[in-house]
Amino acid sequence: MISVKHLKKTFGELEVLKDINVEIKQKEVVVVIGPSGSGKSTFLRCLNLIESITEGTVEIDGKVLTDKKVDINKLRAEVGMVFQQFNLFPHKTVLQNITLPMITVRKWNKKDAEKKALELLAKVGLEDKAGVYPESLSGGQKQRVAIARALGMEPKVMLFDEPTSALDPEMVGEVLEVMKQLAQEGMTMVVVTHEMGFAREVGDRVIFMDQGYVVEENDPQSLFRNPQHERTQAFLSKVL
Amino acid sequence: MNFRFEIIMEYLPFLLEGMLLTLLMSVVGVLVGCILGFFIALGKMSKQAIIRIPFVWYINFLRGTPLLVQLFLFHYAVLPTVLGDTTAVTSVIVTLSLNSSAYVAEIFRAGLQSIDKGQAEAAHSLGMRKFQVMRYVLLPQAFKRSIPPLGNEFIVLLKDSSLGAMIAAPELLYWGRAAAGQYYVFWEPYLAVAVGYLILTLSLTYLLNYLERRFDVK
Repeated sequence: MISVKHLKKTFGELEVLKDINVEIKQKEVVVVIGPSGSGKSTFLRCLNLIESITEGTVEIDGKVLTDKKVDINKLRAEVGMVFQQFNLFPHKTVLQNITLPMITVRKWNKKDAEKKALELLAKVGLEDKAGVYPESLSGGQKQRVAIARALGMEPKVMLFDEPTSALDPEMVGEVLEVMKQLAQEGMTMVVVTHEMGFAREVGDRVIFMDQGYVVEENDPQSLFRNPQHERTQAFLSKVL
Repeated sequence: MNFRFEIIMEYLPFLLEGMLLTLLMSVVGVLVGCILGFFIALGKMSKQAIIRIPFVWYINFLRGTPLLVQLFLFHYAVLPTVLGDTTAVTSVIVTLSLNSSAYVAEIFRAGLQSIDKGQAEAAHSLGMRKFQVMRYVLLPQAFKRSIPPLGNEFIVLLKDSSLGAMIAAPELLYWGRAAAGQYYVFWEPYLAVAVGYLILTLSLTYLLNYLERRFDVK
């Protein structure tokens, strides 16, 4: 589904991603962990070209992202992304947040888009909030709307960039619950997170990144119980 | 001091006509300024220097030289050369439009750049094209934030339109000067003119406050 080969990313002099090679299969839930500054968010943002790629290739569903012939907007519509800061559109209602890309990108008519959006809101438990503006929602509710908005595009892959890091502790659970449900439905997911419990419970595979490299990857049980690399051990001893 | 109200009364129809022209020239100036200013803002934000630099200098010139100098330049030199002929009102409207376009461009640019970059990222990540991101996500938010400074610009422009009197455009100040010249009195006509401008700017202020509430500007 996703194939990353020799991915490099530099910001000026700073080399953030040095040589990333990752394969992600369909329906797989991959959790990316690592200390801050390890490049895990940048890695995720390269997967839909929100961040440009300096070197190497990223292939999604058989299409190479940097290929000039690939319509990057079409490809992005297939790759949903959920941000730490939610990034809901404040001038649109909850319903309009979800229908806007369905109407402008997928060319659905308004009525069908609204029907589908209401179904998605019901799925994340917020059907009663359709008419309100994002500012009146709690952080957890905002993030669930953001997930519904991404799902509206019927993506093949969902990327989560620290989806619970900006939330008050008591709201983390409701967002993780929605993500867990998505995983169970067979969504291919790449999740950058500090929620080790989620990684262990839901992840099929955990990738540990540090200083721009993938240091270690394994199934969650093996990686958490028996980390092979020194840096992984040091990191896990601090967060577990 | 003997305040001669009859002079104001005699000139009242002209002063009112002048007010109307002042308002008309300013409204046209600010509307054209907004349309031009929008494209100039986009031009100035271009990543390519070759596109950006002409817009930068357009703004530099119009903000860096006095409006009165621009008015003389357009009325006596540019417009007669380009159009073959011009009237005072045409010259004022053209000069006000171009001058305000430079200021409006900076207002729009500031408004667009004040929008959190996560907004554009989210819109792009949903597959929206550049134009759609601009049209549906960035512009509506930037426009809302631009309303208060645009209101300011409108009020400044309305007062600056009084420079039109220098090339005999029959606006408000022009008729005040005419009365002063005829009777050789100054209190009466210039106070009347000042009150006329005050009525216009205060009405505008109330209208703008209403619009800010209407659009829920924070």
